[in-house]
Amino acid sequence: MALLEVDNLQTHFFTREGVVRAVDGVSFTVEPGKTLGIVGESGCGKSVTALSIMSLLPQPPAKIVGGSVRFEGFDLAKLSERDLEDVRGNEIAMIFQDPMTSLNPTLKIGTQIMETMQRHLGLDRKQAKQRAIELLEEVHIPGAADRLNDYPHRFSGGMRQRVMIAIAISCNPKLLIADEPTTALDVTVQAGILDLLEELQEEYEMAMILITHDMGVVAEAADDIVVMYAGQIVEQAASLELFDHPEHPYTEALLGALPQIEGEGIREGRLTAIPGRPPDLADPPPACRFAPRCPFSDREDSCAKEPPELRQIRSGHWVRSAHPASERTREPAVASK
Amino acid sequence: MREPLLVVKDLEKHFTRREGLLFQRHVSAVKAVDGVSFEIPEGKTLGLVGESGSGKSTTGYCVLQLIKPTGGSVRFMGKELTELPRGQVRKLRREMQIVFQDPYSSLDPRMTVGDIVAEPLIVHSVGSRRTRSARVRELLDVVGFDPGYTNRYPHEFSGGQRQRIGIARALALGPKLIVCDEPVSALDVSIQAQILNLLKDLQDEFGLTYLFIAHDLAVVRSMSDEIAVMQSGKIVETGPAEQVYTQPTHEYTKSLLTSVPIPDPREMEARKVERRKARAALAAG
Repeated sequence: MALLEVDNLQTHFFTREGVVRAVDGVSFTVEPGKTLGIVGESGCGKSVTALSIMSLLPQPPAKIVGGSVRFEGFDLAKLSERDLEDVRGNEIAMIFQDPMTSLNPTLKIGTQIMETMQRHLGLDRKQAKQRAIELLEEVHIPGAADRLNDYPHRFSGGMRQRVMIAIAISCNPKLLIADEPTTALDVTVQAGILDLLEELQEEYEMAMILITHDMGVVAEAADDIVVMYAGQIVEQAASLELFDHPEHPYTEALLGALPQIEGEGIREGRLTAIPGRPPDLADPPPACRFAPRCPFSDREDSCAKEPPELRQIRSGHWVRSAHPASERTREPAVASK
Repeated sequence: MREPLLVVKDLEKHFTRREGLLFQRHVSAVKAVDGVSFEIPEGKTLGLVGESGSGKSTTGYCVLQLIKPTGGSVRFMGKELTELPRGQVRKLRREMQIVFQDPYSSLDPRMTVGDIVAEPLIVHSVGSRRTRSARVRELLDVVGFDPGYTNRYPHEFSGGQRQRIGIARALALGPKLIVCDEPVSALDVSIQAQILNLLKDLQDEFGLTYLFIAHDLAVVRSMSDEIAVMQSGKIVETGPAEQVYTQPTHEYTKSLLTSVPIPDPREMEARKVERRKARAALAAG
């Protein structure tokens, strides 16, 4: 049985401007000990998906209007707030993008690490303190015992994210959701945090959902990858398969738009930009949501008429497009400036 | 030989920290920029790359005299900027402009798009009201922004569109040098590519010279002829882009390059193994 099964999740925001379909029919599973990467640009629904799993969205305006989230077989949507609290931080932990704002600036680091363990594991202060020191050592913070009494401002960004990770793993969760965990950090620090996450994942046999906008970060850390666009999954495959044979025009375009770090003619060349911008999710295109920016769609074919289904194009490789790479017969339209 | 458009030599910006209320003691100095030298020939791009706090943005501001350097020289178009009187520096600002990182905070929310782009023209008394209006439309057209929207406000546009407005404003006076301070780091990948292409096209069209500041090594590579790598206020490595990226000599450059995530799972796996070995070696002594 999969650890987490998200089935046809639909999270909408009811605003004055209309209903924003932020997450619109998202399904995936996470296996124990594995990492699922969710990749996409701002506003594609990747963070809202994570927050929906944790029931952390303010309702209203948000509302989960359809689908289910099953963790070890239990439907999280049917749990009471009280039972959810036993799951959050304990069975499923989460770390956020900004290590500057996700720690409480008025509480000592030690207090913040111990709090979770006292709540969930029923440890007394002494036990919790002992465990907190061990945790800080595990996330490689030097001088762990002394640093428990420091406030967050004494730590750098990378160190704060290490503290957040220590809190997240303190109750030995089965699933860690990491929402852009390295986006605010410098590249050399980022590499260290990704290595740490992987190390802890092995040690704690923890599954992970890694949410990021960075194709490089998922290439480094994910076993399986979900690509999201405009509230939907547009492509889903094992990591190697996805990077070797991207099928969806959007995935291809995203990879093409990335500046290369090695190769010939980089300075002289132009990047393959994706024209236009993502649709307004209060009023998305009626059929294929990528069609207005897609070099392979035209007004005559199905792209503008019926929404493409997410279909399996090869074993384990799913794509939502009428024109996946391996079925293409036409040349791309010349992209405009 | 003609002097390059911009010659920076031993540039320094030290911020002093003081303590005490009445009798302020000089405590320490933060050497944000500490002896930086480089030159940029006309029409070329120097990429200044480094991590947060390395002093790259401060260097950019010092070049434009937006903050006063505490030492060193900045020669622009053959003139020593650090010794020029204020009025003359202001006049020279026509020739040197800046594009900021954050298109959300660098445009005045109470000014229309047209007014934002026209402002440099008004400040420098260029043209009449009518010719300015025509110039604004022309500028917006050049950067790929619909000139029909001149009466709208910045909040009505996305990050990419706003950055186009910022670029149009920088172009308004027909400058020779543009300091691009992290111009795409707030943008999504697909939009980032549009803006980088635009900057390349504008350089070709108007022969612009760029000081291109960014933390993203791939972005810098795609834009630059020469690269300077900054760490703690100093340039630790410099050279033609190709050379710095393929044969880095400084340890810091090497560690930056091996830390950049690239969209290739096999390569990333190999690097991970490398890093693990390096750490084990470090731990062993």
